[in-house]
Amino acid sequence: MSTMTIAKGINNGLRVAMEKDSRVVLMGEDIGKLGGVFRVTDGLQKDFGEDRVIDTPLAEAGIVGTAIGMALRGYRPVVEIQFDGFIYPAFDHIVSQVAKMRARSLGKVKLPMVIRIPVGGGIGAVEHHSESNEAYFAHTAGLKVVCCSNAEDAYWMIQQAIETDDPVLFYEPKRRYWDKAEVDETAAPRELFKAQVCREGTDATLVAYGPMVKTCLQAAEAAAGEGKNLEVIDLRSLSPLDMDVIAASVEKTGRMVVVHEASTFLGLGAEVAAEVQQRCFYHLEAPVLRVGGYNLPYPPSKLEEEFLPDLDRVLDAVDRSLAY
Amino acid sequence: MSDNAVASASTSASEHDALAELTAPVPEVGDGGPEMVQLLTPEGQRVESTEYDHYVQDLTDDDLRGFYRDLVLIRRVDAEATALQRQGELGIWASLLGQEAAQVGSGRALRPQDYAFPTYREHGVAWCRGVNPLNLLGLFRGVNHGGWDPNEKNFHLYTIVIGAQTLHATGYAMGIQRDGDVGTGDKDRDAAVIAYFGDGASAQGDVNEAFVYAAVNNAPVVFFCQNNQWAISEPNERQTRIPLYQRARGFGFPGVRVDGNDVLAVYAVTQQALNAARSGNGPTFIEAYTYRMGAHTTSDDPTKYRVSAEVEVWKHRDPIERLKSYLVHQKKADQDFFDALDKEADELAATVREGCLSMPDPTGESMFDHVYVEPHPLVEQERREFVDYHAGFATEGEH
Ligand SMILES: Cc1ncc(C[n+]2csc(CCOP(=O)(O)OP(=O)(O)O)c2C)c(N)n1
Ligand SMILES: [Mg+2]
Repeated sequence: MSTMTIAKGINNGLRVAMEKDSRVVLMGEDIGKLGGVFRVTDGLQKDFGEDRVIDTPLAEAGIVGTAIGMALRGYRPVVEIQFDGFIYPAFDHIVSQVAKMRARSLGKVKLPMVIRIPVGGGIGAVEHHSESNEAYFAHTAGLKVVCCSNAEDAYWMIQQAIETDDPVLFYEPKRRYWDKAEVDETAAPRELFKAQVCREGTDATLVAYGPMVKTCLQAAEAAAGEGKNLEVIDLRSLSPLDMDVIAASVEKTGRMVVVHEASTFLGLGAEVAAEVQQRCFYHLEAPVLRVGGYNLPYPPSKLEEEFLPDLDRVLDAVDRSLAY
Repeated sequence: MSDNAVASASTSASEHDALAELTAPVPEVGDGGPEMVQLLTPEGQRVESTEYDHYVQDLTDDDLRGFYRDLVLIRRVDAEATALQRQGELGIWASLLGQEAAQVGSGRALRPQDYAFPTYREHGVAWCRGVNPLNLLGLFRGVNHGGWDPNEKNFHLYTIVIGAQTLHATGYAMGIQRDGDVGTGDKDRDAAVIAYFGDGASAQGDVNEAFVYAAVNNAPVVFFCQNNQWAISEPNERQTRIPLYQRARGFGFPGVRVDGNDVLAVYAVTQQALNAARSGNGPTFIEAYTYRMGAHTTSDDPTKYRVSAEVEVWKHRDPIERLKSYLVHQKKADQDFFDALDKEADELAATVREGCLSMPDPTGESMFDHVYVEPHPLVEQERREFVDYHAGFATEGEH
């Protein structure tokens, strides 16, 4: 057992993966000497060398494009995109090449690569540093998309993502990087592509992932004080989506609120809501509600607290659901 | 931009770094080489140049003192902004310290009808275009994404996504070309575009595509690369194997390296390139060889990746000191001038500080403004929901 932050959890997980498999190679901007702008790769270049922890030129299409080639050659590249808003130069490679390679080659080649992306807002940054763009990739067949919310998952999920033979987009909740938790490095990890009930309840279900899991747990805590008993589910995997865990919960509570930082329009919440109304139609006591970022370009940081979902907005939605 | 989200290393790590630095060999610090255009040595001696002298020979003493004033004032604004960030008044600040001459020399070479596309560090160019420094601070304070009207000053918004603006600049230049505002010989009409970017940006696909587009269209655009030796923690060697200005040749247009800490040389070289563009002779690549004296941004900790010996070498090439030596030795400025300028700089800094502290926060509802030109039902629906939601809190409070 050790206590670590989410950032350190990923760092330790990367280290274990690199020790286990010499074909695991890290690529990205400023990940070597500097250890990344969030220090997630701190110390890894020193210990594994410049051949395995590569400071790339400043070109994201290049990072992902060359990672594809490395993967074709049998390596397992783990690339870091410095901030969510800088993934777009690589969008073409991810959507047209990474996602389709397996199908195009009729199963002859695989691309076991991981694309790490610090995601979301709440850190007071300038524009392009606070985006939640997971839905673009979850929408794309051929990609797997996961998002950790705590140190323990960070530690295990990064290792499992690296071991996955399909390409995985690995989202890291940047405003929670310094949240600490106990991690048991000897316990058996949870399965990567499964959702997790992280608080049990009976009155309504809150579904979240990444940075919003903590917000939802706090909301549930506050609601408990008012006698409302909320269940909280951490999706963990956005594609594939573990609908069984969600459906089981909604069949119990009859009410659901989906929460994410991303804009609601065509976001993950829309998919979850659509699936739930198909699977749980007769169990629903209220319409599924969504709480998310407004459908606007991410605002200047002075406004991000009003833009992003917070405890009050989650509880407001819960009240509306319960009052239905 | 970006950004190092975490500046502070643990104590033991920084001690370790300090030790490593003591034992590390002093790196070889490039001096730009013999190809680099220079009109003022670091000591402030005027160097003759048959090719470039005539671009500066008409400069009056007033003009030269004007350059000096620009350099000093923008450095002062920059220092004030850094201080404001330290005091929590700005979220982050990207300092131009060390790059003043590259920016003022090129910025002063522009004519009103020319158009500039900056990165996020071009505070000196913004100054030359007449953008109020407070507008720059607004972005870093988080009250807006850049509060100036790009078309009023012919100075585009800051672009944080590395390299993107080089394509926009090229397209803008293609527009100028189609408007016939190139090669007329009318000096108030012929226009050019200048695109700023960094050494790191030179690796981006967008930047290289901009070179191709500019070349095949013979677009009136000047690519102005401030090679400040670093892209956050990555030195030039991570981006290129040849001096950057030499790349231009492969794309089919001229490239020139200029001493970026020599305001006269930068002014001359940029004039030449802009003239070529305005008269229909197409693009030029300028590599301004300079140095990022400070951290990448206020969130960065450069002791993690570079040694202070390198910074020391560059201190001796300071752009302001060199022009000052020249002005003093040539008796082009007296002590009264320098004293008055110091006072002006302090007053400007005070105005900037005051303006920053009294900058109003935007209202929450303002985020729903300006997303589209025409009304959008979802935006309007959410605006109403937002207002109602917050009104709910207000009524709750009344009970
Ligand atoms: C597309 C993109 N990728 C990554 C970043 C993060 N980032 C901000 S500045 C920077 C380095 C830029 O270096 P350079 O082009 O040399 O400009 P300088 O900061 O030195 O002025 C990086 C990697 C970004 N802003 N945009
Ligand atoms: Mg640079």
